Amino acid sequence: MAYNVKEIVANKKSYFVGGHRMCAGCGAPPVARMVMRALKEEDHAVVSNATGCMEVSSCIYPYSSWKSSYIHTAFECAAATGSGTEAAYNALKRKGKIAEDEHTKFISFGGDGGTYDIGLQSLSGAMERGHDMTYVCYDNGAYMNTGIQRSSATPHFADTTTSPAGEVIPGKMQIRKDLTQIMAAHHLPYVAQTIAMTNFKDLYEKSEKAIYTKGATFLNVLAPCPRGWGYPTDTLMDINKLAVDTCYWPLYEIENGKYKITYKPAKKLPIEEFLKPQRRFKHLFKPGNEWMIEQFQKEVDKQWQELLDLEELTNK
Amino acid sequence: MSKMNITKESPWQDLTIGGNIYDAGNSLEFKTGDWRSIKPIFIEEKCKQCGLCFAVCPDDAIPVCKDMKRKDFDYDYCKGCGVCAKVCPFNAIEMKGEE
Amino acid sequence: MGIRERLSGNEAIAIGMKQINPDVVAAFPITPSTEIPQYFSTFVSNGTVDTEFVTVESEHSAMSACIGAQAAGGRAMTATSSNGLGLMWEMIHIASSSRLPIVMPLVNRAISGPLNIHNDHSDAMGIRDSGWILLFSEDNQEAYDNLIMAHKIAEHKDVLLPLAVCQDGFITSHSIENIELIEDDKVKEFVGEYNPEHYLLDRENPIAVGPMDLQAYLFEHKFQQAEAMRNAKKVILEVAKDFEKMTGRKYDLFEKYKLEDAEIAIVCMNSTAGTTKVVVDELREKGIKAGLLKLRVFRPFPAEEIAEELSHLKAVAILDKAESANACGGALFTDITSGMYVNNVKVPAIGYVYGIGGRDTKATDIHTVFTELHEVAKTGKTGKIYRYLGLRGEK
Repeated sequence: MAYNVKEIVANKKSYFVGGHRMCAGCGAPPVARMVMRALKEEDHAVVSNATGCMEVSSCIYPYSSWKSSYIHTAFECAAATGSGTEAAYNALKRKGKIAEDEHTKFISFGGDGGTYDIGLQSLSGAMERGHDMTYVCYDNGAYMNTGIQRSSATPHFADTTTSPAGEVIPGKMQIRKDLTQIMAAHHLPYVAQTIAMTNFKDLYEKSEKAIYTKGATFLNVLAPCPRGWGYPTDTLMDINKLAVDTCYWPLYEIENGKYKITYKPAKKLPIEEFLKPQRRFKHLFKPGNEWMIEQFQKEVDKQWQELLDLEELTNK
Repeated sequence: MSKMNITKESPWQDLTIGGNIYDAGNSLEFKTGDWRSIKPIFIEEKCKQCGLCFAVCPDDAIPVCKDMKRKDFDYDYCKGCGVCAKVCPFNAIEMKGEE
Repeated sequence: MGIRERLSGNEAIAIGMKQINPDVVAAFPITPSTEIPQYFSTFVSNGTVDTEFVTVESEHSAMSACIGAQAAGGRAMTATSSNGLGLMWEMIHIASSSRLPIVMPLVNRAISGPLNIHNDHSDAMGIRDSGWILLFSEDNQEAYDNLIMAHKIAEHKDVLLPLAVCQDGFITSHSIENIELIEDDKVKEFVGEYNPEHYLLDRENPIAVGPMDLQAYLFEHKFQQAEAMRNAKKVILEVAKDFEKMTGRKYDLFEKYKLEDAEIAIVCMNSTAGTTKVVVDELREKGIKAGLLKLRVFRPFPAEEIAEELSHLKAVAILDKAESANACGGALFTDITSGMYVNNVKVPAIGYVYGIGGRDTKATDIHTVFTELHEVAKTGKTGKIYRYLGLRGEK
């Protein structure tokens, strides 16, 4: 049946319940909750979570905000840990200790810190081995949990606590790494970039596809951080929409090598619209820094065009 | 309700080993509602049940029932972030100062 | 009855693992333990085990995957050496603090640097405070036997700690010696099934593992872990008794070789004990009352029991196959002498650092130790206590 957010929220279980300690207005919990809603009712899930905002806020002894089984071990190994749980599942099924018709899904959550950087090896290994699992990166563009330090996912020129916008160096001087493309190069059956936008249709449908495609699948989800990005807390959903409408965060999926852009903005907005509300980009608007916005726009346009070209190329 | 029954006064004998938690989702016992400094007020007459606020609450504080209709806020967990008020196209949610 | 065979230490371990048939093996190769996952993968490819074999991309991921698998409800194993252990150091601590009975053959090799692929005990010494049970093995038979006993010890409800079975890299792991294997069905019965009470794959009772454990709780959780290690001593002895019933082979916390009436003795671990036994026999022929205490159970450390066994000696030499570079003495030396002190055992004790990076330790070297011990026993004075064996140059 056609996607209907009301039907989904009314009928699908909430696996990530209240009582967690994430910041008011954090962009990550709505993402995690909707991803988990894609689970079929009869399925059990084991979530593995890297150290980071989500983990330290959702599993504080003696409380857990997760209604599924959940494991946290360390910062850089959510994928490896998750792959171990999946391996045990296969072994126990083979031995008949778990019923043949029983289904459990393995979902790993990691921030950009635990995924793009310190966790990249473990992620790459698990994906390459083809475990039947889904890795979801909630990308808030910096090591937020330890105080907003730059990661390789931090956008160009952003002010962070280890790439502050100073007199000589105006913020992070490297372009963002494209992890979604790195995952695509692993030739996985399903890779997607998505976001919690409007009625969450894009996120839900991609989550369903990712979880229920056999093999290793990957989702990269933008998760705005009011504290780290410095936008008015209540504008979370506006920020998500701007990220997509400026093509800063294109929404697309790659299914067996074929690219499909799932949202093409009717009117592509200039990147300023996304940058303006955020304190971390405030210095880009100082007189004399126009070149930074121009540069940023060029990069966004180049990557957007590449994506359009890839979509055309892989669907010939 | 709680399988865990553990407090900061519990002796080592009463703690679960390894820090394991055997009551999935028991964070519901920890009410984060006292974090608020502003509070959303649900104006039911204006609400068209469009669903745009249903999934946005980071704290799962907008209960939606089987009839696909939202009810009043769960103030036990609402942190007053205002995201729901901002997405509502019908001004059915107003943010007011917490007394 | 047993099955007589001729196997290297690595082969014996691999066969032991085959008989145990763990649910998951997640391993990364490193010399000299590489053969273990290699042999094991042949069993997997030929369908002689039911194990899910995970060819992880690093040792850190190996231990992470083992933790995931064990927490999920399966028996997980890995094998490593030296820097592989170094890389998984963080996860080694987490495995123990999460109270997961993971069993790991550890083929002892020098920790870098500079790079050295040969035997010493510096890798194991690096995890001696991690809450892992550490069993040391003189030869392939002991390595195999320790492995067969491992799960019964680790999975005991009063323990629930991970366990490493150590053997000397190349010296034991690659040398082919006689061995007596236990029949498959006997091993299966002895090791039994793993049925944890709480596990991730329990759909009726989902659990959370590895929380943030704040100031109000970590201390008590660590106490529980320490208590489990204290309990392990008793369990190790109980399991050894069961093992003796099955095989006739006796195991204790340590082996006493001509120690009861000895005047001078050496304490050491792993293969050097074999060399020392030969030297003890030669000295005994000459009427010299030499003896050996070969430590099997390094963690939990049986301080009181060792002190008791050494108390009648005139002098003792403690051999450490790792340089702790602590300006004080080797790990075994400091553990044993502190154990002697708190138990009021006043035997003159000297320590030797030896065998570093695969430096060959010959019978003549051990003879040197006994000669020096003889002097200590005669005068009652230890002289230098931080000594070296087999080192070139001034000491």
